[in-house]
Amino acid sequence: MTAYIIRRLLFLVFVLFGVSILIFGLLSTFSPERRAAAYVTTPKQAENIPLIIQKYGLDKPFYVQYGKWVEQVADGNLGWSLVAARPVAQAFWNYFPTTLELNLFASPLVIIVGIWLGTMSGVHRDSFFDHSTRIAAIVGWSLPTFLFALILLMVFYGYLDMFSPGILSSDLSLWVANNPDKFVRYTGMYSIDGLLNGRLDITLNALSHLVLPVVTQVIVVVALLMRVMRSGMIEEMNKDYVITAKAKGADFKTIYKKHAKKNALIPVITVAGQLVALSMEGSIAVEVVFNRQGMGWWLAESATQLDMPVLMSVCMFVGLVFVTSNLIIDIMYAYVDPRIRLH
Amino acid sequence: METSTAMTAVQAHEHPRLRELKFTLARIFRNPSAVIGVVLLSFFIGVAIAAPYIAPPKYAHAPYKMPHKGFSPTPKAPSERFIMGTTSGQYDIFYGVVWGTRTAFKIGLFVVGIAGFVGITLGVLAGYYGGWFDEFLMRFVDIVWSIPLLVLAMTIVVAFGRGLENIMIALALVEWRWYVRVIRSEVLKLRNQEFVQAAKLMGVSDCKIILRHILPNSIYPVLIMGSMDMGSMVISASFMSFVGLGAPKGYADWGQMVALARNYIVGPSNDPLQFWYTIFFPGICIILFVLAWNLLGDALRDAFDPKLRRR
Repeated sequence: MTAYIIRRLLFLVFVLFGVSILIFGLLSTFSPERRAAAYVTTPKQAENIPLIIQKYGLDKPFYVQYGKWVEQVADGNLGWSLVAARPVAQAFWNYFPTTLELNLFASPLVIIVGIWLGTMSGVHRDSFFDHSTRIAAIVGWSLPTFLFALILLMVFYGYLDMFSPGILSSDLSLWVANNPDKFVRYTGMYSIDGLLNGRLDITLNALSHLVLPVVTQVIVVVALLMRVMRSGMIEEMNKDYVITAKAKGADFKTIYKKHAKKNALIPVITVAGQLVALSMEGSIAVEVVFNRQGMGWWLAESATQLDMPVLMSVCMFVGLVFVTSNLIIDIMYAYVDPRIRLH
Repeated sequence: METSTAMTAVQAHEHPRLRELKFTLARIFRNPSAVIGVVLLSFFIGVAIAAPYIAPPKYAHAPYKMPHKGFSPTPKAPSERFIMGTTSGQYDIFYGVVWGTRTAFKIGLFVVGIAGFVGITLGVLAGYYGGWFDEFLMRFVDIVWSIPLLVLAMTIVVAFGRGLENIMIALALVEWRWYVRVIRSEVLKLRNQEFVQAAKLMGVSDCKIILRHILPNSIYPVLIMGSMDMGSMVISASFMSFVGLGAPKGYADWGQMVALARNYIVGPSNDPLQFWYTIFFPGICIILFVLAWNLLGDALRDAFDPKLRRR
């Protein structure tokens, strides 16, 4: 097991190296002048573009530039973000908690709702419940996240005037910005910081802003989990051990809860990586539509404004998270299913 | 029982492949969701083919450019002249929806076609021959795999420049990884089976083994995935258009029409849903288009899955 984990960690380094070469290669298709513009932070500096090209070696061969970039990253310098108007590393800590908050609330819901619905429709196959959840899953799967988010916004914000976009109401966020000594941002997540600072109103306000984004994220991601759980359940319910248990007169609930469900969960773990990827993609659309300044919003904004240092760092970060979560998933897989040996 | 023996007697005269195909088709159309999917798809195909007649283009050289009457940013409600109303910038929604159908097919067919062709070719070769090529390819796929589709595709679009063509290229450049993995694992299962070994011993050329034995037996999961992808690629492309990485303003593309509607999802306070038509028509088109392909893909999976097929 340890040897396996070490090998996978080495693999992680290899993948990150590959990703950085790939993304760096893609972004170096730009002319040196355009890439130099990424370093310009004030209008005055714009006059110095030839100097910047020389200073950062933007007209040098690919491997020289790549080496320079690696050197800078090792120094902790990820470049300057145009969109955030501050260094990338600093901006990251500003945006990351918002995305984390969204997924902290959405992921448990996805798992609970998806597994429950999948189990129920698998056990009661071809019942009315099964058909309706299957149709709902296909429709949910076909709903583009951004469109669904817009429709929710139209109905709940425009028509019912219940939930508004953003992270926090404007007067509260103004108060937080003006009173950094009274409101300490421990985690960067308003819903949790409100509790830690004893400001329940801020927590409630942040939660009310989270309702629609979380609902969107859950509905779009849950369909995949549900479908896999359902087919796993059907397969297990047709197996010999279930028939044996039935013949011995075991209670139906005990059979599917204690025996079948546990085995049906194994294939679910194989799509867990896909679920992580879906959540990452979902976060982009959700944050863009609901105007939540998180990683997804930052990425979309950077893509439209050609903010290259950000694209580079976000790709690396996303790659790191994705490969690490896949490693954890594989280890979990071996833990849950003792028939699988990792070597 | 009698009828079934009579049926087998008749079927015995048919070519087995033809019989299997008939069975598969019957199995597909037993599924009501497949029927809905096919009907929806036929409707979209009809609209795409008949686009020049349903909505005659104003500019013959650039039919995808939506005609607009005036420049006012405020949408106008459906009227006799514009049966679905006009969106922000006074673009005719009906025209955009009709020609957007062609754009959607263009995106889906291009992306799935290129990604499928590249993925299948590389996957079959890697799976069949193995060796250093397989090792090299799969490590490369591992690298590309570590970034979610949308993130990588957006980065590629940025590098290549904005535009619908670049969105399609970017999606194809990312999506082939799925096809490689799926078909390779199928080929690995087949490679050492007896009928393939027998063909090899009889001196059948590799090329013929791949085309006659490996491909027909491993293509079904790819077909299912291709059908689902036709929908999901349109979703990804329309999201990138929505963000502003797509075609220039006024191009008939559902994603961009949703983007034009974005500022009008909430109307004035006395009538909050006043501009419903700006988002409803392009939105329902995206949803139904994707739904059609997903229903079809779902039915294909039921029909081709050997575990469920004969039940």
